[in-house]
Amino acid sequence: MSPISPERSGPFGHAPNSVSQTMIAVLLALVPATALDTWLFGWPAILLFAVTVGACLAVEAACLAVAGRPVMAGLADGSAALTGWLLAMSLPPWAPWWIGVVGAVFAIALAKHAFGGLGQNVFNPAMVARVALLVSFPVVMTAWVAPQPLSSPDSPDLSRSLAITFAGEHLDAITSATALGHVKTELTRGIPATESVTSLPPLRDMALGLRAGSLGETSALLILVGGLYLMARRIISWHIPAAVLGSLFLTGTLFHAIDPARFADGGFHLLSGASFLGAFFIATDYVTSPVSKSGQLVFGVGCGLLTWIIRTFAGYPEGMAFAILLMNALAPIIDQYTRPRIFGRRRDGQALPLEEKA
Amino acid sequence: MKLFPIRGGIHPDYRKELSSERPIVPLPLPAKLFIPLQQHIGAPAEALVAPGAYVRKGQLLARGQGPVSAPQHAPASGTIEAITELPGTHPSGLPQPMIVLVPDGKDEAAPLPEPIANPFDAPPQAIRERVAQSGIVGLGGAAFPSAVKLGLGEQRPLDILLINGAECEPYLTCDDRVMREHADAIVDGARLMAHALGAPNVVIAVEANKPEAIHILNCTAAPFPNVRVTALPVQYPMGSERHLVQAVTGRETPARRLTADIGVVVHNVATARAVHLAVRSGLPLTHRVVTVSGGAVREPKNIEAPIGTPLAELVAFCGGLTIEPHRLVSGGPMMGQPLASLDVPLVKGTSGILALTTQETAEHAAGPCIRCGNCVSACPCGLVPVELAALIRKDHLDRAAALGVQDCLSCGSCAWACPSHIPLVQYFNYAKGRLNADALAQRKLEQTRTLAEARNLRLEKAAAAKRAAAAAREAAAVSANEEKVTP
Amino acid sequence: MLIDIGSLTIMGAALGGLLGTAAHFLAVKEDPLEEELKSMLPGSQCGQCGFVGCAQAAAALARGEAPVTLCPPGGKAVAEALAKKLGVSADLSEHVEKGPEYAFIDEDLCIGCTRCLKECSVDAILGATKLMHTIITDACHGCGKCAQVCPTDAIVMLPVSPTLATWHWPKPQSASAH
Repeated sequence: MSPISPERSGPFGHAPNSVSQTMIAVLLALVPATALDTWLFGWPAILLFAVTVGACLAVEAACLAVAGRPVMAGLADGSAALTGWLLAMSLPPWAPWWIGVVGAVFAIALAKHAFGGLGQNVFNPAMVARVALLVSFPVVMTAWVAPQPLSSPDSPDLSRSLAITFAGEHLDAITSATALGHVKTELTRGIPATESVTSLPPLRDMALGLRAGSLGETSALLILVGGLYLMARRIISWHIPAAVLGSLFLTGTLFHAIDPARFADGGFHLLSGASFLGAFFIATDYVTSPVSKSGQLVFGVGCGLLTWIIRTFAGYPEGMAFAILLMNALAPIIDQYTRPRIFGRRRDGQALPLEEKA
Repeated sequence: MKLFPIRGGIHPDYRKELSSERPIVPLPLPAKLFIPLQQHIGAPAEALVAPGAYVRKGQLLARGQGPVSAPQHAPASGTIEAITELPGTHPSGLPQPMIVLVPDGKDEAAPLPEPIANPFDAPPQAIRERVAQSGIVGLGGAAFPSAVKLGLGEQRPLDILLINGAECEPYLTCDDRVMREHADAIVDGARLMAHALGAPNVVIAVEANKPEAIHILNCTAAPFPNVRVTALPVQYPMGSERHLVQAVTGRETPARRLTADIGVVVHNVATARAVHLAVRSGLPLTHRVVTVSGGAVREPKNIEAPIGTPLAELVAFCGGLTIEPHRLVSGGPMMGQPLASLDVPLVKGTSGILALTTQETAEHAAGPCIRCGNCVSACPCGLVPVELAALIRKDHLDRAAALGVQDCLSCGSCAWACPSHIPLVQYFNYAKGRLNADALAQRKLEQTRTLAEARNLRLEKAAAAKRAAAAAREAAAVSANEEKVTP
Repeated sequence: MLIDIGSLTIMGAALGGLLGTAAHFLAVKEDPLEEELKSMLPGSQCGQCGFVGCAQAAAALARGEAPVTLCPPGGKAVAEALAKKLGVSADLSEHVEKGPEYAFIDEDLCIGCTRCLKECSVDAILGATKLMHTIITDACHGCGKCAQVCPTDAIVMLPVSPTLATWHWPKPQSASAH
């Protein structure tokens, strides 16, 4: 090599973006929903949130150190904080502290660093952790509480919250069912969806978050606000969220029209469960979704359909996490089949034919 | 006029205001000019002058060799000091043969070819010959010999000559200034080129961020019904030949073909002006307008300078550098080439000299790819840079080739948009270079084999001839013996 | 019991015989791999690999007895092609260090003995007895045989330096580890 050869080719300019800026924008987008939800579920939720995010950062630091990579630079990219945040938002708010810690190990060590670290994982780390926890600790992971806002007298004070989160105080008395779980249970008892839905809070309250569920499942509206913010900043495009929500809504509506007693309607599917969180924040995870826009549409539709199928026919009331993980596995192959057409070539890679008369 | 969308692209920070309001100024004659024999695509020119010779302004210094080549002319009168190899205006910094001319400041002019009197009545061939003689190459940066491109109408029916005034690269304003100050020369040059090509229509396409240029061109072109001026949307890389053709005509050039195959030939605005000067005044291409800009330049300017001027003199003419630049670039920041130093000459294809600060280059160590897909959205060619780079990193060049790495323009949109600052363009440049080198090696291997086979054949023939001769001798000897015996 | 053993023995013998006959009559005459490998080598029979000619080298390669880096004139490109064909990974670092070469005759030292002419397998040397020789650089494939026989050491092997036509960007250095 010539000794005076400059070591880098162009371009000599760059968009004002970086990985950490992207991650910070996503975190910002989660702030409104998180703030409302921690207020709704009180101190135990705040404690669990802090434990989960902290544990994720600690596990990330440990993994980076073991791999011999720069620890501070790795933490600064914000990806571990985001994983921890999303994981915390998918846990029952009053779950004990060790759920957050075990989840962090699942998410960061197993789902991310075992695959080679940032950018290399096949599955969304937060969802791997949530599903692994759900399968391993079903009782704890389905102990939902009804919202008890910090301002209400029922909200546990800090000392009792510490006991709930760190000393495993029993929650039997206050366990409540999520909307999806409620409909599913009632269906198995032979009560049609049309009736069981009426005993739930109205959709308006669900949208605002006034119902039982994980942090991210409630308050669909603020999640939507965060998602729109990300779109406005061009961090995410409309393709995946629209495909997920659109296919979920349309399938729900279609089957509801066929048999209202058996199938909940599309609006219910959208606003209950983690539809919005999944569509805007989990399915859009760069690393585990396809890179081309057409691939993202396919991916999103797959997520939406699988979610509906799992919610309707499978044993678990909430299918979003499973659906996204299944589609994550398909993302590489979707990528292969949805490459854009190359300029001047046909889809099969052959050069465009010359027209006889231009 | 209806325009058509092009895929992908980006909207970088243009920073053209640094020099866009600076009228073109001529550079005082430098102390020495270094004129490379190869400033164009194709075969290098062959020097016709010897060291010590006195040359006059406009005199032919080196003639083109072969079908794709261009001659070089003296930008000033003076003495040839040497013909030697010096580092060229190329990222490799490899030495290239150059003619070193010491101007005497008298600007004594050589006899120029007569202007072509009625060019529109002259045969197209006459204009092409004049363009070839004048050493005109594409001034947009590619430096392809223009006369060759003006001959494309011979075999194919052409309907549009597209004059490229997009100037989509950030910082560069030389085309903008030429359009504002020499609109009549551009329109006339374009009409001359259309005549040479046999193309009935001329479209001058300018990005909408140059409203004054568009206005002036519109006024100048008004008397000519077959010349239209169109404003393009501001989108990098609009100035890429194939994308420009698509934006203006909606036609997509098939891969590995020329735009002429779909009826359109593209020339740069400054080339049109050079053609005007060559045909109407007989002037060869010895000067060009170049933008000197960037945050490290004290006073950015658009300068009309002789070919062969050391870049350091151009920068000095702009008041020098205010701070140590982070990168020196010849051309625009997106597709330009990095320079190791300013001690290289201005060549025909140099549209800009940029001294960029750290803030401007915004360089950053590459991080891991997060598969965000920005590069896929940005690629104007429909490639998947993330996948290509991963393949090239593992040196799977054949697979990268199958996915179209050779269709990459190196426009830099992907690398610009990558949040992980991965040097995608360099991966592709490396892959294209390696594939090219491999093809050359393969050709050499085949040549060696052919030569070896020819030699073996020759040796065999020689051996056979020897055997035959020996046999003949023996036979003669035997028959002689027999003859001896018989009587 | 006896019938079982007998029938199995007969069947075994019959099928074995059939296979043996088939192997004998349907045998592939020449190793196709060897032919393919031969076509990938320069074919200049320069002998630098230590074999008599390219055919012998190809045979050794096919038997796995020779390294894919055996051909100096073929350089990195041939080594890579061979490695790919044979499905082996080759350490090409040596080839990177020692790029292609070409022969150069120092005309002051040449005595016109024509020994090199006879060695050159691609006819890249021009000259005649008692006349100065010169090398057609474009045709030379850098085998170096001429340099070995030159009695006055007038022939030196020079590295082929990159030109504008062959230079290309190096692979990015910072290639993040994964």
